[in-house]
Amino acid sequence: MTLPFAMTVPFRIAPLSVIEHATRLVFAQVVAQHPDLFDRLGEHADKRYAFVPTDLPVGFLVEPAARRISVHRKPHLPVAHACMGGRFVLLLALLEGQIDGDAVFFSRSLTITGDMEAMLALRNALDDCDIDLPADIARMSGPFAPLVRRAAAEIRTRALSGEAATWN
Amino acid sequence: MELICPAGTPAAFREAVDAGADAVYCGFRDETNARNFPGLNFSRDELKTAIAYARRHKVMTFVAINTFMRAGQEKLWHDAVDDAVRLGADALILADFGLMAYTAERHPEQRLHVSVQASASNADAVKFLVETFGAKRVVLPRILTIPDIARLARQISCEIEVFVFGGLCVMAEGRCSLSSYATGKSPNMNGVCSPASHVRYREDGSELVSELGDYTINRFPAGEAAGYPTLCKGRFDIAEERGYAFEDPVSLDVMDHIDALRDAGVGALKIEGRQRGKAYVAEVVSIMRRAVAANADERPALLSRLRRLSEGQKTTSGAYEKRWR
Repeated sequence: MTLPFAMTVPFRIAPLSVIEHATRLVFAQVVAQHPDLFDRLGEHADKRYAFVPTDLPVGFLVEPAARRISVHRKPHLPVAHACMGGRFVLLLALLEGQIDGDAVFFSRSLTITGDMEAMLALRNALDDCDIDLPADIARMSGPFAPLVRRAAAEIRTRALSGEAATWN
Repeated sequence: MELICPAGTPAAFREAVDAGADAVYCGFRDETNARNFPGLNFSRDELKTAIAYARRHKVMTFVAINTFMRAGQEKLWHDAVDDAVRLGADALILADFGLMAYTAERHPEQRLHVSVQASASNADAVKFLVETFGAKRVVLPRILTIPDIARLARQISCEIEVFVFGGLCVMAEGRCSLSSYATGKSPNMNGVCSPASHVRYREDGSELVSELGDYTINRFPAGEAAGYPTLCKGRFDIAEERGYAFEDPVSLDVMDHIDALRDAGVGALKIEGRQRGKAYVAEVVSIMRRAVAANADERPALLSRLRRLSEGQKTTSGAYEKRWR
């Protein structure tokens, strides 16, 4: 699904530093829970990967070697070796391996430009890591963890319900 | 009939086992297998863990070591065989006759399957591999009709495995040089068809352009499903026409013919897709498991969902239902 306009408002009005701080907290949690996440990248770990949601006013730059993520307002995205574009929900589903990357690429819901080998390596690395965003985010929520996890999982289920090739 | 399922990563392997595979096939993270893509495949430790997981679920593990050895660098392939045997692979899937000889000599108890990459497509070829190296099973190339398979089955003494779903290689496998022609790398020698290092996709107006090396493979208009950037699925200008010279971007699906394949003597159905994600593996294997057990009239409804996962979002029965000769 495409994000409703209301859900994109925080990304439009919040200062970039706030969005980036929140993004880095989640990213750090994911990396901490999956320390071998980037092992499969090999020589591609030093490259820069851009993820550009088509329904958000921002893009994300991931630098695996530095374990760093940064957020940038469109159209001022830094140069990356490889770039993946698509709806935000699709990009999150790919991050979790909830959806088959080739299938959504064939359907033209996803665009990949630049270093195809690097992006393929990252896709395969992510696919093997069993990332569970609701669980990872919940770990940051202290006593509210069960509640956050259930809510995030429900949002994920609803967001992916209309997507082709969804897993489980 | 056995269901033989792909796994490019340990996560996909577990999905295949959980979804109902009888056997899972996979390869090492190097040039010894024909799906040597970046970020894919198994280390020795990962294979050991995967085999243990499969055994707990009474599932077999087949290890594909199905590229052709390079002179002077045979050790890479010999080590792969030795390690796969040591780790407990239920079968090795081999293409190179030299490697089959090595395996038969060093590990005579090891079950040996003839890879599709060996391109053994007639009785003489299969009999030679059975008699010389003790091959127990042949994976047939996707160039035979079902009657061809039935005739072959009557003349050979080993088991027959055929591809029934997934990427469709339309060439004589193990002998195709199209990727090598365009990029210098091939599935036969390097384990990569149309290596990602030579692939580019770019937007040109409303069209998606796929390029392999210096060649434009295809231009997909807006709204048209895309495919892999392989020369055999390319759209070219030929005389006055623009079209697909060899095959459309399309996947194989012959699950409508399961009963005919069983009657022809096929004992194992293979799903292609070690390069695909775990979502694909989980979905395809679970549907195939149900389709194998279902009646013929129940299968179309089960299988219709798979088309959306396919290259070009289209499927074909390919040469199994050959009508052009």
